[in-house]
Amino acid sequence: MATTVNHDQEKPLVPVYVTGGRTFAELTDDVARPLETFPTGRWWVCFIAAMLAFAVGATLLLQTFKTGVGLWGLNQPVGWGNDVTTFVFWVGIGHAGTLISAILFLFRQKWRTGINRSAEAMTIFAVMTAGITIMTHTGRVWLAAFWLFPYPNQRQLWPNFRSPLEWDVFAVSTYFTISLVFWYVGLIPDLATVRDRAKNKIRKVALTILSLGWRGSNKNWLHYEQAYLIFAGLSTPLVLSVHSVVSFDFAVSQIPGWHTTIFPPYFVAGAIFSGFAMVVTLLVLAREAFNLKHYITLDHMELMNKIIMTTGMLVGYAYGVEFFIAWYSGSSFEKFTFINRAFGPYWWAYWIMVSCNVFIPQLFWVRKFRRSIPIMFVVSLYVNIGMYFERFVIIVTSLHRDFLPSSWGTYVPTVVEWGIFTGLMGFFFIFFLLFVRFLPAIAIGEVKSVMDQPTNKEGAHHA
Amino acid sequence: MHKPSGPVLSGVLGFFEDPQTLLEATAKVRDSEYKNFDCFTPYAVHGLEHAQGLKRSKIPFVTAAFAFTGTTLAFLWQYHASATWWPHIIGGKPMNSLPAFVPVMFELSVLLGGLATFFAMLYFNRLPNLKKRAFDPSLTNNRFAIVIECPVTDEYEGVSADSFSTEKAEQFLKSIGATETRKVYEEGWF
Repeated sequence: MATTVNHDQEKPLVPVYVTGGRTFAELTDDVARPLETFPTGRWWVCFIAAMLAFAVGATLLLQTFKTGVGLWGLNQPVGWGNDVTTFVFWVGIGHAGTLISAILFLFRQKWRTGINRSAEAMTIFAVMTAGITIMTHTGRVWLAAFWLFPYPNQRQLWPNFRSPLEWDVFAVSTYFTISLVFWYVGLIPDLATVRDRAKNKIRKVALTILSLGWRGSNKNWLHYEQAYLIFAGLSTPLVLSVHSVVSFDFAVSQIPGWHTTIFPPYFVAGAIFSGFAMVVTLLVLAREAFNLKHYITLDHMELMNKIIMTTGMLVGYAYGVEFFIAWYSGSSFEKFTFINRAFGPYWWAYWIMVSCNVFIPQLFWVRKFRRSIPIMFVVSLYVNIGMYFERFVIIVTSLHRDFLPSSWGTYVPTVVEWGIFTGLMGFFFIFFLLFVRFLPAIAIGEVKSVMDQPTNKEGAHHA
Repeated sequence: MHKPSGPVLSGVLGFFEDPQTLLEATAKVRDSEYKNFDCFTPYAVHGLEHAQGLKRSKIPFVTAAFAFTGTTLAFLWQYHASATWWPHIIGGKPMNSLPAFVPVMFELSVLLGGLATFFAMLYFNRLPNLKKRAFDPSLTNNRFAIVIECPVTDEYEGVSADSFSTEKAEQFLKSIGATETRKVYEEGWF
């Protein structure tokens, strides 16, 4: 643990965000090293695996475009299945990045500096993945532009602005744009830092262009800091709105199990929950692979695990309240839907969801487990699985039992759907791996501003 | 004005090794005869804008203006698309179903406000300008600097206004804690 007296059991008087007595120059070196050296064998193995997965998914997607969504297991009454589940899954994952970069910034949580860059990158790539899912779920993706974009047809008929599906187009595209700009603004000073030490000519030119000529003038920092604060202020309500709007896709409809007012906060909590799990999954690997343990410390991981447990319990509370309201509403359809969720044909999905999201994170009550890398890694994987199943449960179990027993059905995802799912996973990891290879994975400038050691002198100590 | 034949002197740069010395030195430069100066730091040093006597950024006004424009445009757009261009009753809602328009109004406010913030930041910072790079690689890494700029004059070739002496400026920077000083030549910044 990070202490001033190098003794594991004692807590430091002031929080220490960077351990090992690193200086500014060492921080720059450590973060820039993976960018300036040829990638390791492990990186190539991961990258090739991700490319292969993506190749499988892309082939199956092309097959779907050629043949139609009949290749998927969708039917009447289950018109949304793995496709929309995956969309909500990926959009949700993005939320942790914005929470870390914007909300924790507004709350002056300085520990965010070590992890915000990679978490924001994860946000952007997750939203890109979600974008592909939602475009391709329309089947005839080349027409999706006309259905989704706010653009009138030749008879001047506009999309229906009273529909949550149209709100979703605005929410997700705004979210992607603002997250990307926010991320890029954060990157500018760090790109300048790596530019000024770049030896390779191509890298130097590319970084010169990307860093826009930043030279650290304080007159520039003044506007920069102001803009950064505004971005944090804009992103905070934005991130809360995005998953709220995604939840409106369900809540505004009249399907029992979807038509509930708890959906917006419940979805947002679930999104942050799943996103933090993904951040833990990725950072456990990244801090190991790129030797960033001084900057992404066990303290950081522990704080994230606390958030995972908290949001996990929020989600668990929502599961409980949903059941209560189903009974309290007196609506027989509502009651039936929830009993069917837990004890009907998809009971296994429901109990996977509850176990992964509510029971397993309870391990984090124990400090030793919160600070154990293997345990948090396994828990984060379980949470990722659980949150996939949460969306699956919400979507499929609500649809498969309609109001009339004569229109009941079952949905089983086909191999094609699982192949596309895997391919999208690969797509996400391709971008993440390229990110850790080409861009500073830690916000160098921001970490410097929270480091205790003000000098570069040898053997500088935090007082 | 005739074209300069050699490198144009634009100021004097003093290096500082830690943010505390920089903060103290900056306040001294602010109160000195040198009015044209700037600090260069690898990260945003807390309180430096006060030491330097900088006014607050005007970006929030730009953001607010564009955000409200976004809100208004989104309302007008949705209103006309739903109520005048081709009126449809959907879900029994009134033509002007304001609550249903709120999500898009909000999203467009954030979108326009956010993009305006980004471009305003670039505009106020005179970026992008690819001719610019750090005066020294260490200034984006682990050192800090104050640059005292020459007064703008007609004279070139390393000589500036009579009142400005580089030696005097370098002496001054050293006296307030600079560990190293050097002359800075124009490269598309000043």
